[in-house]
Amino acid sequence: MSKIKNNLLVIGIYMIFIVLTITTVYPIIWVLGTSLNPGNTLLVSQMFPDHPTIAHYVNLMKNTDFGLWYKNTIKIAISNAVISTTLVAATAYAFSRFRFKGRQQGLMTLLILQMFPGFLSVMALFVLLLQTRLLDTHLGLILIYAGGSISMGTWVMKGLFDTIPKSLEEAAFIDGASNKDSFLKIILPLSLPAITFVALNSFITPFMDFILPQIVLRSSEKMTLAQGLYNMVANETNSSFTLFAAGAVLVALPITMLYMYFQKYLINGIAAGADKG
Amino acid sequence: MHLNKSSRQHQTKATIFSAVFIGLGQLYNKQYLKGLIYMILAQLFFWNYYPVAYKGIVGFITLGDVPTKVIQGKVVQGDHSIFLLINGLITFIVILLYLGFYFMNIYDARKNGALRDEGKCAPRFKDSIQTMKFRKLPYLLLLPAAFFVLFVTVIPLLFNVLIAFTNYSAPGHIPDRALVDWIGFRVFYDLFAQESWRSTFFGISVWNLIWATVSTTTVFLSGLLLAMMVNHPKIRFKKFWRTIFILPWAVPQFISILVFRVLLNGSFGPINDLVTKLGFSPVPWLSDPTMAKVSILIVNLWFSTPFLMALMSGILTTMPRDIYEAAEVDGASKLQNFFKITLPLVLLATAPIFIMQFAFNFNNFNLIYLLTDGQPNNPDYYYAGSTDILISWIFKMTLNQSQFNMASAVSIIMFIFIAIFSLWNYRRMKSNQAEDLV
Repeated sequence: MSKIKNNLLVIGIYMIFIVLTITTVYPIIWVLGTSLNPGNTLLVSQMFPDHPTIAHYVNLMKNTDFGLWYKNTIKIAISNAVISTTLVAATAYAFSRFRFKGRQQGLMTLLILQMFPGFLSVMALFVLLLQTRLLDTHLGLILIYAGGSISMGTWVMKGLFDTIPKSLEEAAFIDGASNKDSFLKIILPLSLPAITFVALNSFITPFMDFILPQIVLRSSEKMTLAQGLYNMVANETNSSFTLFAAGAVLVALPITMLYMYFQKYLINGIAAGADKG
Repeated sequence: MHLNKSSRQHQTKATIFSAVFIGLGQLYNKQYLKGLIYMILAQLFFWNYYPVAYKGIVGFITLGDVPTKVIQGKVVQGDHSIFLLINGLITFIVILLYLGFYFMNIYDARKNGALRDEGKCAPRFKDSIQTMKFRKLPYLLLLPAAFFVLFVTVIPLLFNVLIAFTNYSAPGHIPDRALVDWIGFRVFYDLFAQESWRSTFFGISVWNLIWATVSTTTVFLSGLLLAMMVNHPKIRFKKFWRTIFILPWAVPQFISILVFRVLLNGSFGPINDLVTKLGFSPVPWLSDPTMAKVSILIVNLWFSTPFLMALMSGILTTMPRDIYEAAEVDGASKLQNFFKITLPLVLLATAPIFIMQFAFNFNNFNLIYLLTDGQPNNPDYYYAGSTDILISWIFKMTLNQSQFNMASAVSIIMFIFIAIFSLWNYRRMKSNQAEDLV
């Protein structure tokens, strides 16, 4: 009796899986199909076009600043990853390995600041950038991203640094290593997961975020991908939607691959971030 | 008694000297180079910054006297209240840093004076630098981060708070054509006293809380169920299923939300196309207030479940098997297993993530803004639609309607709420960990 029940359960699970697979894959296939569809409108677009064309991709490269946006985004992403990771690693190292006055308060401040939605400070950032002549520059955007990543990443990285036993460093100190040596040769290699997490996160942010660029970057040749794509859809039509679909595929493909490849790091990193204290 | 007093002679004198004049106490302690450097730096800074600081503080208090005017076809540049406000803010922070330096200088003189009272010499300049390199290393490491956080987060945040106490809003008070003034708590008073503001605020708050609670719970349960199904011993090709189900998490969120916005479009969206072809009447996915809220929850389910599934899979594999075996011996049913063992254990292990997800969803701006943009319209609300949550309402008030002061008042209230919630959560976790150690 229970065996039949069990078999029914397994069949039920497979049925659910099939339904879920369809709902999961449908939007993805649909965008792919639309981007390969001839013509401009959505209504005639088919999931699997009879005469697939790459016209939209060509169009995207030739008639829009898409290539430039891609270059900008990668430039911003790499700079942000390098600066943020360095800042976060230094901060987390100080908080994890030293006991000093103001340590508790500093950690608490970061925790509270992290909860404040970043773009609420947009007004003030705008004025600050304007006065420091950083408006409409990539540097301005990178600096803001780097500043924002500190409160987010420090807790994650500090959490990992904390798990590395102090005795390892003490042994190194006895052998005459300096703080710098112990950081570079012991802590860094052992905390690769957290570092990968922070670096990846700050690399991906510029690909995803469109609010901040929308405020900082004004001219079309300086825009980032997310910003450009958003403007395509917000421009209120379904005529540029096929263009958007092509762009979306070109953005989503590398990011999706990155995510799939670094799955473990990213998921564990977020889980570690929640587990503060 | 008398002896005690004279034995503190150097300490007291050095403290007083440094309090009167920065660097003097160090000179008294025979730290000549250090004293000179302190003196020169302090004096240079003070006399150069004094006029700037004066202007900054006056500007901060008055927020400008003359607006920009056009006189006989020429633009006469006036005061820009908002620039004055930010400059004033920065001035205050610089003054605070200077005061910090001042107190550090007194503290330093006092400490070295005490050393001399014990008959030792105050450390020489070279030695000070050596110890600084060693003892102050954490501060040096934190300096860049502190600088960034100060300018990118703290100053903007303080600015945002201050705006709530001004009349900075359209149409009457937008610089530089008009001036902005301090008006105290009037904005908060309006928010609660004026009927339409109040009903907007409470209406949105209620939906915001419902949204955060329901979305977190549904995603949590669906993630758990999905993980349990994939982990079921009889299911084959586990890796294949996992890869498929994790996909929505890997696709950039803003792209999938925008795609759903088109898919669910009432008039030309492919989903309604399918629905009508099947012979049903089209569903107002995003145009009916209630339906739009349901759609938001479903879309959220689509791309939030995978992450929870991945997490739960990890947790489920660490579940102690012997509990289930014991339950089987006692004749527990599958359902009892789930509610009495799995769910409590998973909840215990994922409580921090549950709470983090709640806080994240509470402010899930991207989803609301990109999927519905707060639509459909709600005639009873001020500057908000039916599906707006607090954060998207604030965004609209700031960027579209220029109601800066009201936006910042709401953000302050929201911030206080989230801060209390998170601090409570932090304390609770700390006490939990303490219990774990016992």
